[in-house]
Amino acid sequence: MHPAKSVIFFTTISGAGFGLIALLALTAGMGHISWGKSWELAAVGLALAVSGLISSTFHLGNPQRAWRAVTQWQSSWLSREGVLAVFTCGLFGLWVVAGMVGYALPDMLGYVVAGLCVLTVFATAMIYAQLRPVPRWHTWLTPAIYLGFSLSSGMLLMVMLHPHYDGMAGGALGCLAIAWAVKALWWMRAAKADVRSGGSDTATATGLAGYADVRLFEKPHMTKNYLMKEMVFVVGRKHANKLRMIALLLGAAVPASLLGLSLVIDGHVFVMVLAVATHLAGLFVERWLFFAEAEHVVSLYYGR
Amino acid sequence: MTTLPIEPPKKLGLVIDLDICVGCHACAVNCKEWNTGGYGNALSDQDPFGADPAGTWLNRIHSFEAVPFDDAGQPAPQDARIVHFPKSCLHCDDAPCVTVCPTGASYKRSEDGIVLVNEDACIGCGLCAWACAYGAREMDAEAGVMKKCTLCVDRIYNENLPEEDRQPACVRSCPANARHFGDLADPFSDVSKMVALRGGVDLMPEQGNRPVNKYLPPRPKSGTQACGSGQSEHVSLLKMAETPQAEGFVGWLDHALSKLG
Repeated sequence: MHPAKSVIFFTTISGAGFGLIALLALTAGMGHISWGKSWELAAVGLALAVSGLISSTFHLGNPQRAWRAVTQWQSSWLSREGVLAVFTCGLFGLWVVAGMVGYALPDMLGYVVAGLCVLTVFATAMIYAQLRPVPRWHTWLTPAIYLGFSLSSGMLLMVMLHPHYDGMAGGALGCLAIAWAVKALWWMRAAKADVRSGGSDTATATGLAGYADVRLFEKPHMTKNYLMKEMVFVVGRKHANKLRMIALLLGAAVPASLLGLSLVIDGHVFVMVLAVATHLAGLFVERWLFFAEAEHVVSLYYGR
Repeated sequence: MTTLPIEPPKKLGLVIDLDICVGCHACAVNCKEWNTGGYGNALSDQDPFGADPAGTWLNRIHSFEAVPFDDAGQPAPQDARIVHFPKSCLHCDDAPCVTVCPTGASYKRSEDGIVLVNEDACIGCGLCAWACAYGAREMDAEAGVMKKCTLCVDRIYNENLPEEDRQPACVRSCPANARHFGDLADPFSDVSKMVALRGGVDLMPEQGNRPVNKYLPPRPKSGTQACGSGQSEHVSLLKMAETPQAEGFVGWLDHALSKLG
Protein backbone atom coordinates (compact mmCIF):
# COMPACT_ATOMS: atom_id res chain seq x y z
CA MET A 1 0.00 0.00 0.00
CA HIS A 2 1.15 3.52 -0.76
CA PRO A 3 2.86 5.03 2.33
CA ALA A 4 1.56 8.61 2.30
CA LYS A 5 3.75 10.87 4.46
CA SER A 6 0.74 12.67 5.92
CA VAL A 7 -0.80 9.41 7.10
CA ILE A 8 2.49 8.14 8.59
CA PHE A 9 2.86 11.43 10.49
CA PHE A 10 -0.80 11.34 11.56
CA THR A 11 -0.78 7.81 12.96
CA THR A 12 2.53 8.17 14.85
CA ILE A 13 2.28 11.75 16.17
CA SER A 14 -1.41 11.57 16.99
CA GLY A 15 -0.76 8.24 18.72
CA ALA A 16 1.99 9.83 20.82
CA GLY A 17 -0.27 12.77 21.64
CA PHE A 18 -3.16 10.59 22.79
CA GLY A 19 -0.72 8.40 24.76
CA LEU A 20 0.55 11.48 26.58
CA ILE A 21 -2.95 12.86 27.13
CA ALA A 22 -4.07 9.53 28.61
CA LEU A 23 -1.13 9.41 31.03
CA LEU A 24 -1.55 13.08 32.01
CA ALA A 25 -5.27 12.57 32.53
CA LEU A 26 -4.67 9.55 34.77
CA THR A 27 -2.05 11.44 36.79
CA ALA A 28 -4.33 14.45 37.14
CA GLY A 29 -7.26 12.17 37.93
CA MET A 30 -5.27 10.80 40.86
CA GLY A 31 -4.69 14.38 42.00
CA HIS A 32 -0.97 14.57 41.22
CA ILE A 33 -1.20 17.33 38.59
CA SER A 34 -3.13 20.55 38.84
CA TRP A 35 -3.87 22.27 35.53
CA GLY A 36 -3.43 25.73 37.07
CA LYS A 37 0.30 25.04 37.43
CA SER A 38 0.97 22.47 34.73
CA TRP A 39 -1.23 23.48 31.81
CA GLU A 40 1.75 23.46 29.44
CA LEU A 41 2.00 19.66 29.76
CA ALA A 42 -1.57 19.42 28.50
CA ALA A 43 -0.75 21.87 25.73
CA VAL A 44 2.03 19.59 24.45
CA GLY A 45 -0.32 16.58 24.39
CA LEU A 46 -3.06 18.52 22.60
CA ALA A 47 -0.59 20.04 20.12
CA LEU A 48 0.68 16.58 19.13
CA ALA A 49 -2.79 15.04 18.84
CA VAL A 50 -4.21 17.97 16.88
CA SER A 51 -1.22 18.39 14.53
CA GLY A 52 -1.51 14.70 13.67
CA LEU A 53 -5.21 15.12 12.93
CA ILE A 54 -4.58 18.18 10.75
CA SER A 55 -1.85 16.32 8.90
CA SER A 56 -4.30 13.52 8.10
CA THR A 57 -6.35 15.95 6.02
CA PHE A 58 -3.37 16.69 3.73
CA HIS A 59 -3.84 13.50 1.74
CA LEU A 60 -7.51 14.20 1.03
CA GLY A 61 -8.70 15.09 -2.47
CA ASN A 62 -11.14 17.64 -1.03
CA PRO A 63 -9.97 18.61 2.50
CA GLN A 64 -12.46 21.49 2.70
CA ARG A 65 -15.19 18.87 3.21
CA ALA A 66 -13.33 17.04 5.99
CA TRP A 67 -15.99 18.04 8.53
CA ARG A 68 -18.36 15.60 6.83
CA ALA A 69 -16.22 12.75 8.14
CA VAL A 70 -17.78 12.98 11.62
CA THR A 71 -21.24 12.03 10.36
CA GLN A 72 -21.02 8.27 9.73
CA TRP A 73 -19.84 7.01 13.13
CA GLN A 74 -22.48 4.29 13.13
CA SER A 75 -20.83 2.36 10.31
CA SER A 76 -17.35 3.73 9.57
CA TRP A 77 -14.18 3.33 11.67
CA LEU A 78 -12.65 6.38 9.99
CA SER A 79 -15.64 8.42 11.04
CA ARG A 80 -15.52 6.98 14.58
CA GLU A 81 -11.85 7.92 14.77
CA GLY A 82 -12.70 11.50 13.81
CA VAL A 83 -15.56 11.80 16.30
CA LEU A 84 -13.57 10.25 19.16
CA ALA A 85 -10.48 12.38 18.46
CA VAL A 86 -12.42 15.64 18.37
CA PHE A 87 -14.49 14.72 21.44
CA THR A 88 -11.45 13.55 23.45
CA CYS A 89 -9.41 16.66 22.65
CA GLY A 90 -12.41 18.89 23.34
CA LEU A 91 -13.22 17.31 26.70
CA PHE A 92 -9.57 17.29 27.78
CA GLY A 93 -9.11 20.91 26.68
CA LEU A 94 -12.24 21.95 28.58
CA TRP A 95 -11.03 20.20 31.73
CA VAL A 96 -7.62 21.89 31.52
CA VAL A 97 -9.00 25.35 30.78
CA ALA A 98 -11.50 25.02 33.64
CA GLY A 99 -8.62 24.07 35.96
CA MET A 100 -6.57 27.04 34.74
CA VAL A 101 -9.31 29.52 35.57
CA GLY A 102 -9.73 27.95 38.99
CA TYR A 103 -12.87 25.92 38.37
CA ALA A 104 -12.07 22.33 39.27
CA LEU A 105 -14.11 19.73 37.39
CA PRO A 106 -14.37 16.27 39.03
CA ASP A 107 -11.16 14.20 39.04
CA MET A 108 -13.21 11.32 37.61
CA LEU A 109 -12.77 13.04 34.23
CA GLY A 110 -9.18 11.77 34.22
CA TYR A 111 -10.33 8.18 33.82
CA VAL A 112 -12.93 9.14 31.24
CA VAL A 113 -10.38 11.02 29.12
CA ALA A 114 -7.83 8.18 29.41
CA GLY A 115 -10.48 5.69 28.28
CA LEU A 116 -11.43 7.92 25.35
CA CYS A 117 -7.75 8.13 24.32
CA VAL A 118 -7.56 4.34 24.21
CA LEU A 119 -10.74 4.18 22.10
CA THR A 120 -9.44 6.86 19.72
CA VAL A 121 -6.16 5.05 19.05
CA PHE A 122 -8.08 1.77 18.73
CA ALA A 123 -10.37 3.37 16.12
CA THR A 124 -7.35 4.67 14.19
CA ALA A 125 -5.93 1.16 14.02
CA MET A 126 -9.29 -0.33 13.02
CA ILE A 127 -9.28 1.83 9.85
CA TYR A 128 -6.53 -0.54 8.67
CA ALA A 129 -7.33 -3.72 10.62
CA GLN A 130 -10.85 -3.88 9.15
CA LEU A 131 -9.57 -4.24 5.57
CA ARG A 132 -9.95 -7.87 4.54
CA PRO A 133 -8.26 -7.32 1.14
CA VAL A 134 -5.01 -6.50 2.98
CA PRO A 135 -4.09 -9.71 4.85
CA ARG A 136 -1.12 -8.17 6.73
CA TRP A 137 -3.40 -5.61 8.39
CA HIS A 138 -6.47 -7.76 8.94
CA THR A 139 -5.63 -8.93 12.48
CA TRP A 140 -6.29 -7.93 16.09
CA LEU A 141 -2.51 -7.45 16.39
CA THR A 142 -2.86 -4.23 14.37
CA PRO A 143 -4.81 -2.36 17.09
CA ALA A 144 -2.42 -3.95 19.59
CA ILE A 145 0.65 -2.36 17.96
CA TYR A 146 -1.05 1.01 17.58
CA LEU A 147 -1.99 1.00 21.27
CA GLY A 148 1.45 -0.30 22.29
CA PHE A 149 3.33 2.45 20.45
CA SER A 150 0.89 5.09 21.62
CA LEU A 151 1.68 4.03 25.19
CA SER A 152 5.47 3.81 24.66
CA SER A 153 5.76 7.21 22.98
CA GLY A 154 3.36 8.77 25.50
CA MET A 155 5.37 7.33 28.37
CA LEU A 156 8.69 8.63 26.98
CA LEU A 157 7.10 12.08 26.60
CA MET A 158 5.85 11.81 30.18
CA VAL A 159 9.36 11.06 31.50
CA MET A 160 10.70 13.98 29.45
CA LEU A 161 8.08 16.49 30.60
CA HIS A 162 7.09 15.39 34.10
CA PRO A 163 9.79 13.18 35.64
CA HIS A 164 8.53 13.59 39.20
CA TYR A 165 8.11 10.02 40.30
CA ASP A 166 10.48 7.22 41.15
CA GLY A 167 10.44 4.35 38.75
CA MET A 168 9.01 6.30 35.80
CA ALA A 169 12.04 5.59 33.63
CA GLY A 170 11.68 1.91 34.51
CA GLY A 171 8.00 2.07 33.59
CA ALA A 172 8.86 3.66 30.25
CA LEU A 173 11.40 0.92 29.62
CA GLY A 174 8.71 -1.68 30.32
CA CYS A 175 6.29 0.04 27.91
CA LEU A 176 8.98 0.08 25.20
CA ALA A 177 9.58 -3.63 25.72
CA ILE A 178 5.86 -4.48 25.57
CA ALA A 179 5.25 -2.35 22.47
CA TRP A 180 8.13 -3.89 20.52
CA ALA A 181 7.27 -7.40 21.69
CA VAL A 182 3.79 -6.96 20.22
CA LYS A 183 5.34 -5.57 17.04
CA ALA A 184 7.62 -8.62 16.86
CA LEU A 185 4.50 -10.82 17.01
CA TRP A 186 2.91 -8.70 14.28
CA TRP A 187 6.02 -9.11 12.10
CA MET A 188 6.06 -12.87 12.69
CA ARG A 189 2.45 -13.12 11.57
CA ALA A 190 3.10 -10.73 8.66
CA ALA A 191 5.83 -13.02 7.34
CA LYS A 192 3.11 -15.60 6.65
CA ALA A 193 0.31 -13.19 5.71
CA ASP A 194 1.11 -12.56 2.06
CA VAL A 195 -1.45 -11.54 -0.55
CA ARG A 196 -2.61 -15.15 -1.05
CA SER A 197 -2.90 -16.04 2.65
CA GLY A 198 -6.60 -15.17 2.79
CA GLY A 199 -7.40 -17.85 0.19
CA SER A 200 -7.46 -15.44 -2.76
CA ASP A 201 -5.30 -16.06 -5.80
CA THR A 202 -5.34 -15.23 -9.50
CA ALA A 203 -7.76 -18.10 -10.14
CA THR A 204 -10.37 -16.97 -7.57
CA ALA A 205 -9.86 -13.35 -8.67
CA THR A 206 -10.84 -14.24 -12.23
CA GLY A 207 -13.55 -16.76 -11.32
CA LEU A 208 -11.52 -19.54 -12.96
CA ALA A 209 -10.69 -21.49 -9.79
CA GLY A 210 -11.19 -25.21 -10.39
CA TYR A 211 -11.20 -24.67 -14.14
CA ALA A 212 -7.65 -23.69 -14.96
CA ASP A 213 -4.22 -22.59 -13.86
CA VAL A 214 -4.24 -18.84 -14.40
CA ARG A 215 -1.55 -16.24 -14.83
CA LEU A 216 -1.55 -12.69 -16.14
CA PHE A 217 -0.92 -12.52 -19.87
CA GLU A 218 -1.35 -8.80 -20.48
CA LYS A 219 -2.18 -5.82 -18.29
CA PRO A 220 -5.07 -3.55 -19.33
CA HIS A 221 -2.68 -0.70 -20.20
CA MET A 222 1.00 0.08 -20.55
CA THR A 223 1.29 2.86 -17.96
CA LYS A 224 0.59 3.25 -14.24
CA ASN A 225 -2.84 3.89 -12.81
CA TYR A 226 -4.30 4.94 -9.46
CA LEU A 227 -4.80 1.32 -8.35
CA MET A 228 -1.18 0.40 -9.02
CA LYS A 229 0.13 3.50 -7.29
CA GLU A 230 -2.05 3.03 -4.19
CA MET A 231 -2.31 -0.74 -3.84
CA VAL A 232 0.38 -2.39 -5.91
CA PHE A 233 3.14 -0.37 -4.21
CA VAL A 234 6.36 -2.40 -4.25
CA VAL A 235 9.12 0.21 -4.01
CA GLY A 236 11.54 -0.41 -1.16
CA ARG A 237 10.34 -3.88 -0.21
CA LYS A 238 13.78 -5.23 -1.01
CA HIS A 239 15.19 -3.05 1.78
CA ALA A 240 12.57 -4.23 4.27
CA ASN A 241 15.01 -6.13 6.47
CA LYS A 242 17.44 -3.22 6.71
CA LEU A 243 14.60 -0.83 7.46
CA ARG A 244 13.31 -3.18 10.16
CA MET A 245 16.74 -3.10 11.81
CA ILE A 246 16.78 0.71 11.59
CA ALA A 247 13.30 0.85 13.15
CA LEU A 248 14.44 -1.40 16.00
CA LEU A 249 17.63 0.58 16.52
CA LEU A 250 15.99 4.02 16.52
CA GLY A 251 12.68 2.97 18.02
CA ALA A 252 13.84 0.56 20.71
CA ALA A 253 17.60 0.26 21.34
CA VAL A 254 18.58 3.94 21.35
CA PRO A 255 15.67 5.26 23.46
CA ALA A 256 16.12 2.35 25.90
CA SER A 257 19.83 3.20 26.31
CA LEU A 258 19.02 6.89 26.72
CA LEU A 259 16.42 6.05 29.37
CA GLY A 260 19.15 4.17 31.25
CA LEU A 261 21.52 7.10 30.82
CA SER A 262 18.91 9.54 32.16
CA LEU A 263 18.96 7.69 35.47
CA VAL A 264 22.67 8.21 36.09
CA ILE A 265 23.44 11.68 34.74
CA ASP A 266 22.22 15.17 35.41
CA GLY A 267 20.47 17.33 32.82
CA HIS A 268 18.37 14.45 31.76
CA VAL A 269 15.76 16.59 29.97
CA PHE A 270 18.10 16.87 26.99
CA VAL A 271 18.70 13.11 27.07
CA MET A 272 14.97 12.46 27.14
CA VAL A 273 14.32 14.88 24.25
CA LEU A 274 16.78 12.80 22.28
CA ALA A 275 15.07 9.59 23.41
CA VAL A 276 11.64 10.84 22.31
CA ALA A 277 13.02 12.09 18.99
CA THR A 278 14.75 8.81 18.12
CA HIS A 279 11.76 6.76 19.25
CA LEU A 280 9.46 8.74 16.97
CA ALA A 281 11.97 8.48 14.11
CA GLY A 282 11.96 4.71 14.64
CA LEU A 283 8.15 4.72 14.59
CA PHE A 284 8.16 6.66 11.29
CA VAL A 285 10.26 3.87 9.76
CA GLU A 286 8.07 1.19 11.36
CA ARG A 287 4.91 2.89 10.03
CA TRP A 288 6.41 3.37 6.56
CA LEU A 289 7.03 -0.38 6.45
CA PHE A 290 3.51 -1.01 7.80
CA PHE A 291 2.15 0.56 4.62
CA ALA A 292 4.85 -0.31 2.10
CA GLU A 293 4.90 -4.02 2.98
CA ALA A 294 1.13 -4.48 3.03
CA GLU A 295 -0.12 -6.30 -0.06
CA HIS A 296 -3.61 -5.80 -1.45
CA VAL A 297 -5.47 -8.58 -3.26
CA VAL A 298 -6.10 -6.27 -6.22
CA SER A 299 -2.43 -6.82 -7.09
CA LEU A 300 -3.50 -10.34 -8.19
CA TYR A 301 -5.03 -8.65 -11.25
CA TYR A 302 -1.64 -7.11 -11.99
CA GLY A 303 0.46 -10.25 -12.01
CA ARG A 304 1.63 -10.35 -8.39
CA MET B 1 -26.16 6.80 6.06
CA THR B 2 -23.47 4.52 4.79
CA THR B 3 -25.00 1.39 6.16
CA LEU B 4 -26.14 -1.14 3.59
CA PRO B 5 -29.79 -1.58 2.57
CA ILE B 6 -31.48 -4.84 3.56
CA GLU B 7 -31.90 -7.02 0.43
CA PRO B 8 -32.92 -4.57 -2.33
CA PRO B 9 -36.01 -5.79 -4.27
CA LYS B 10 -34.02 -5.47 -7.49
CA LYS B 11 -30.33 -6.26 -7.93
CA LEU B 12 -29.27 -4.68 -11.17
CA GLY B 13 -25.94 -5.90 -12.43
CA LEU B 14 -23.89 -7.32 -15.26
CA VAL B 15 -23.21 -10.84 -16.46
CA ILE B 16 -19.94 -11.10 -18.33
CA ASP B 17 -19.25 -14.06 -20.60
CA LEU B 18 -15.55 -14.94 -20.43
CA ASP B 19 -16.08 -17.48 -23.22
CA ILE B 20 -16.74 -14.93 -25.93
CA CYS B 21 -15.08 -11.71 -24.80
CA VAL B 22 -12.57 -10.95 -27.53
CA GLY B 23 -10.63 -8.37 -25.54
CA CYS B 24 -11.28 -5.47 -27.92
CA HIS B 25 -11.59 -2.84 -25.11
CA ALA B 26 -14.61 -1.27 -26.87
CA CYS B 27 -16.63 -1.47 -23.62
CA ALA B 28 -13.91 0.38 -21.72
CA VAL B 29 -13.64 3.08 -24.38
CA ASN B 30 -17.40 3.59 -24.59
CA CYS B 31 -17.60 3.59 -20.76
CA LYS B 32 -15.03 6.36 -20.60
CA GLU B 33 -16.74 8.29 -23.39
CA TRP B 34 -20.21 8.15 -21.82
CA ASN B 35 -19.17 8.69 -18.23
CA THR B 36 -16.81 11.57 -18.90
CA GLY B 37 -19.81 13.59 -20.01
CA GLY B 38 -22.43 12.02 -17.77
CA TYR B 39 -22.85 11.43 -14.06
CA GLY B 40 -20.61 13.61 -11.86
CA ASN B 41 -17.16 14.90 -12.65
CA ALA B 42 -15.42 14.08 -15.93
CA LEU B 43 -12.99 11.14 -16.04
CA SER B 44 -9.79 13.14 -16.33
CA ASP B 45 -6.52 12.22 -18.01
CA GLN B 46 -3.09 13.35 -16.90
CA ASP B 47 -0.43 14.06 -19.51
CA PRO B 48 -2.61 12.34 -22.15
CA PHE B 49 -0.29 13.03 -25.09
CA GLY B 50 2.97 12.98 -23.15
CA ALA B 51 5.48 10.30 -22.28
CA ASP B 52 3.68 8.99 -19.18
CA PRO B 53 -0.06 9.25 -19.66
CA ALA B 54 -2.50 8.23 -16.93
CA GLY B 55 -6.20 8.58 -16.36
CA THR B 56 -9.37 7.45 -14.63
CA TRP B 57 -11.22 4.46 -16.07
CA LEU B 58 -14.22 2.65 -14.62
CA ASN B 59 -13.72 -0.50 -16.64
CA ARG B 60 -10.45 -2.17 -17.57
CA ILE B 61 -9.76 -5.33 -19.53
CA HIS B 62 -7.04 -7.67 -18.29
CA SER B 63 -5.97 -10.74 -20.26
CA PHE B 64 -5.02 -14.00 -18.60
CA GLU B 65 -3.46 -17.22 -19.76
CA ALA B 66 -5.60 -20.13 -18.56
CA VAL B 67 -4.35 -23.71 -18.67
CA PRO B 68 -7.46 -25.86 -18.10
CA PHE B 69 -7.28 -28.93 -15.89
CA ASP B 70 -7.73 -32.36 -17.46
CA ASP B 71 -9.64 -35.38 -16.09
CA ALA B 72 -6.97 -36.03 -13.53
CA GLY B 73 -7.04 -32.43 -12.39
CA GLN B 74 -3.66 -31.73 -13.97
CA PRO B 75 -3.05 -28.61 -16.09
CA ALA B 76 -3.19 -29.54 -19.78
CA PRO B 77 -0.77 -27.14 -21.55
CA GLN B 78 -1.99 -28.22 -24.99
CA ASP B 79 -5.40 -26.74 -24.13
CA ALA B 80 -4.05 -23.37 -22.98
CA ARG B 81 -6.14 -20.38 -23.95
CA ILE B 82 -6.35 -16.64 -23.44
CA VAL B 83 -9.20 -15.40 -21.28
CA HIS B 84 -9.99 -11.71 -21.73
CA PHE B 85 -11.32 -10.38 -18.47
CA PRO B 86 -13.26 -7.09 -18.27
CA LYS B 87 -13.47 -5.75 -14.72
CA SER B 88 -15.68 -3.01 -13.31
CA CYS B 89 -17.69 -2.50 -10.11
CA LEU B 90 -19.57 -5.67 -9.08
CA HIS B 91 -22.21 -3.76 -7.05
CA CYS B 92 -21.72 -6.16 -4.12
CA ASP B 93 -24.53 -6.99 -1.69
CA ASP B 94 -22.08 -6.68 1.20
CA ALA B 95 -20.10 -3.79 -0.20
CA PRO B 96 -17.27 -2.85 2.19
CA CYS B 97 -16.59 0.30 0.13
CA VAL B 98 -19.93 1.63 1.39
CA THR B 99 -19.57 0.92 5.10
CA VAL B 100 -16.01 2.29 5.41
CA CYS B 101 -17.01 5.69 3.98
CA PRO B 102 -16.71 8.35 6.69
CA THR B 103 -18.95 10.93 5.01
CA GLY B 104 -21.88 8.98 3.61
CA ALA B 105 -20.77 9.82 0.05
CA SER B 106 -20.52 6.14 -0.85
CA TYR B 107 -23.90 4.43 -0.81
CA LYS B 108 -25.89 1.49 -2.12
CA ARG B 109 -29.36 2.25 -3.45
CA SER B 110 -32.15 0.47 -1.60
CA GLU B 111 -34.37 0.29 -4.71
CA ASP B 112 -32.01 -1.45 -7.17
CA GLY B 113 -28.74 -2.16 -5.36
CA ILE B 114 -26.58 0.14 -7.49
CA VAL B 115 -23.50 1.38 -5.59
CA LEU B 116 -22.86 5.07 -6.21
CA VAL B 117 -20.72 7.95 -4.97
CA ASN B 118 -22.26 11.32 -4.12
CA GLU B 119 -19.33 13.34 -5.41
CA ASP B 120 -20.41 16.51 -3.59
CA ALA B 121 -19.90 14.75 -0.24
CA CYS B 122 -16.74 12.80 -1.13
CA ILE B 123 -13.60 14.05 0.64
CA GLY B 124 -11.28 11.90 -1.47
CA CYS B 125 -9.75 9.93 1.40
CA GLY B 126 -9.42 6.81 -0.76
CA LEU B 127 -10.42 4.35 1.97
CA CYS B 128 -13.26 2.87 -0.16
CA ALA B 129 -10.75 2.03 -2.90
CA TRP B 130 -8.61 0.26 -0.30
CA ALA B 131 -11.64 -1.65 0.98
CA CYS B 132 -12.54 -2.94 -2.50
CA ALA B 133 -10.92 -6.28 -3.32
CA TYR B 134 -11.53 -5.83 -7.04
CA GLY B 135 -9.94 -2.46 -7.76
CA ALA B 136 -13.27 -1.12 -8.96
CA ARG B 137 -12.76 2.42 -7.67
CA GLU B 138 -10.31 5.00 -8.91
CA MET B 139 -9.70 8.45 -7.48
CA ASP B 140 -9.88 11.12 -10.13
CA ALA B 141 -6.64 13.11 -9.93
CA GLU B 142 -8.31 16.26 -11.26
CA ALA B 143 -11.51 16.33 -9.21
CA GLY B 144 -10.10 14.65 -6.06
CA VAL B 145 -13.20 12.50 -5.69
CA MET B 146 -13.74 8.76 -6.05
CA LYS B 147 -15.05 7.54 -9.39
CA LYS B 148 -16.69 4.20 -10.02
CA CYS B 149 -19.07 2.38 -12.36
CA THR B 150 -22.58 3.80 -11.97
CA LEU B 151 -24.09 0.96 -14.00
CA CYS B 152 -24.91 3.91 -16.29
CA VAL B 153 -27.69 4.97 -13.95
CA ASP B 154 -28.10 7.98 -16.27
CA ARG B 155 -28.88 5.68 -19.24
CA ILE B 156 -30.85 2.76 -17.86
CA TYR B 157 -33.74 4.91 -16.55
CA ASN B 158 -33.38 7.64 -19.17
CA GLU B 159 -36.62 8.03 -21.09
CA ASN B 160 -35.02 10.51 -23.47
CA LEU B 161 -33.06 7.65 -24.97
CA PRO B 162 -34.55 5.09 -27.38
CA GLU B 163 -35.46 1.95 -25.45
CA GLU B 164 -32.65 -0.16 -26.91
CA ASP B 165 -30.12 2.35 -25.57
CA ARG B 166 -31.37 2.11 -21.97
CA GLN B 167 -28.53 -0.22 -21.07
CA PRO B 168 -25.07 0.44 -19.65
CA ALA B 169 -22.71 1.82 -22.30
CA CYS B 170 -20.39 -1.20 -22.02
CA VAL B 171 -23.26 -3.63 -22.72
CA ARG B 172 -24.55 -1.57 -25.64
CA SER B 173 -21.15 -1.34 -27.29
CA CYS B 174 -19.93 -4.95 -26.93
CA PRO B 175 -19.56 -6.30 -30.49
CA ALA B 176 -19.36 -9.92 -29.28
CA ASN B 177 -22.41 -9.72 -26.99
CA ALA B 178 -20.25 -10.81 -24.07
CA ARG B 179 -21.87 -8.38 -21.62
CA HIS B 180 -25.44 -8.59 -20.37
CA PHE B 181 -27.44 -6.32 -18.10
CA GLY B 182 -30.44 -7.21 -15.96
CA ASP B 183 -32.01 -7.92 -12.59
CA LEU B 184 -30.16 -10.69 -10.80
CA ALA B 185 -32.69 -10.77 -7.96
CA ASP B 186 -35.34 -12.01 -10.40
CA PRO B 187 -34.76 -15.73 -11.04
CA PHE B 188 -36.70 -15.50 -14.33
CA SER B 189 -34.71 -12.65 -15.85
CA ASP B 190 -32.53 -13.44 -18.86
CA VAL B 191 -29.37 -12.78 -16.89
CA SER B 192 -30.41 -15.07 -14.02
CA LYS B 193 -31.28 -17.87 -16.48
CA MET B 194 -27.91 -17.39 -18.17
CA VAL B 195 -26.11 -17.64 -14.82
CA ALA B 196 -28.02 -20.82 -13.94
CA LEU B 197 -27.42 -22.42 -17.33
CA ARG B 198 -23.73 -21.64 -17.61
CA GLY B 199 -22.72 -21.90 -13.95
CA GLY B 200 -21.99 -18.20 -13.42
CA VAL B 201 -19.55 -17.47 -10.61
CA ASP B 202 -18.61 -14.76 -8.12
CA LEU B 203 -15.14 -13.22 -8.14
CA MET B 204 -13.16 -13.88 -4.94
CA PRO B 205 -16.13 -15.32 -2.98
CA GLU B 206 -13.73 -15.86 -0.05
CA GLN B 207 -13.64 -12.08 0.46
CA GLY B 208 -17.27 -12.24 1.58
CA ASN B 209 -18.55 -9.33 -0.50
CA ARG B 210 -21.39 -11.21 -2.27
CA PRO B 211 -20.95 -9.49 -5.65
CA VAL B 212 -24.08 -9.03 -7.78
CA ASN B 213 -22.22 -9.18 -11.11
CA LYS B 214 -21.51 -12.71 -12.30
CA TYR B 215 -18.90 -14.12 -14.67
CA LEU B 216 -19.63 -17.02 -17.02
CA PRO B 217 -16.62 -19.35 -17.25
CA PRO B 218 -15.25 -20.33 -20.68
CA ARG B 219 -17.04 -23.26 -22.35
CA PRO B 220 -14.87 -26.34 -22.91
CA LYS B 221 -13.33 -26.22 -26.37
CA SER B 222 -14.86 -28.81 -28.68
CA GLY B 223 -13.08 -32.11 -28.29
CA THR B 224 -11.40 -31.11 -25.05
CA GLN B 225 -12.36 -31.91 -21.52
CA ALA B 226 -14.38 -29.51 -19.41
CA CYS B 227 -13.33 -29.27 -15.84
CA GLY B 228 -15.04 -31.87 -13.71
CA SER B 229 -17.94 -32.33 -16.14
CA GLY B 230 -17.11 -35.98 -16.75
CA GLN B 231 -17.34 -35.80 -20.54
CA SER B 232 -15.58 -38.79 -22.05
CA GLU B 233 -14.70 -37.60 -25.57
CA HIS B 234 -11.25 -36.39 -24.80
CA VAL B 235 -9.20 -35.70 -27.90
CA SER B 236 -5.81 -34.23 -27.31
CA LEU B 237 -5.03 -31.27 -29.51
CA LEU B 238 -1.55 -32.73 -29.95
CA LYS B 239 -3.07 -35.82 -31.53
CA MET B 240 -5.22 -33.65 -33.78
CA ALA B 241 -2.08 -31.89 -34.92
CA GLU B 242 -0.54 -35.17 -36.15
CA THR B 243 -0.73 -35.90 -39.92
CA PRO B 244 -4.09 -37.51 -40.61
CA GLN B 245 -4.33 -40.67 -42.74
CA ALA B 246 -5.78 -39.79 -46.12
CA GLU B 247 -8.40 -42.08 -47.71
CA GLY B 248 -9.72 -42.86 -51.23
CA PHE B 249 -7.91 -41.57 -54.31
CA VAL B 250 -5.73 -39.21 -52.27
CA GLY B 251 -4.86 -42.14 -50.03
CA TRP B 252 -3.84 -44.26 -53.01
CA LEU B 253 -1.79 -41.34 -54.39
CA ASP B 254 -0.11 -40.82 -51.02
CA HIS B 255 0.66 -44.52 -50.83
CA ALA B 256 1.96 -44.74 -54.42
CA LEU B 257 4.12 -41.62 -54.21
CA SER B 258 5.58 -42.84 -50.91
CA LYS B 259 6.63 -46.06 -52.64
CA LEU B 260 8.46 -44.10 -55.35
CA GLY B 261 10.76 -42.92 -52.56
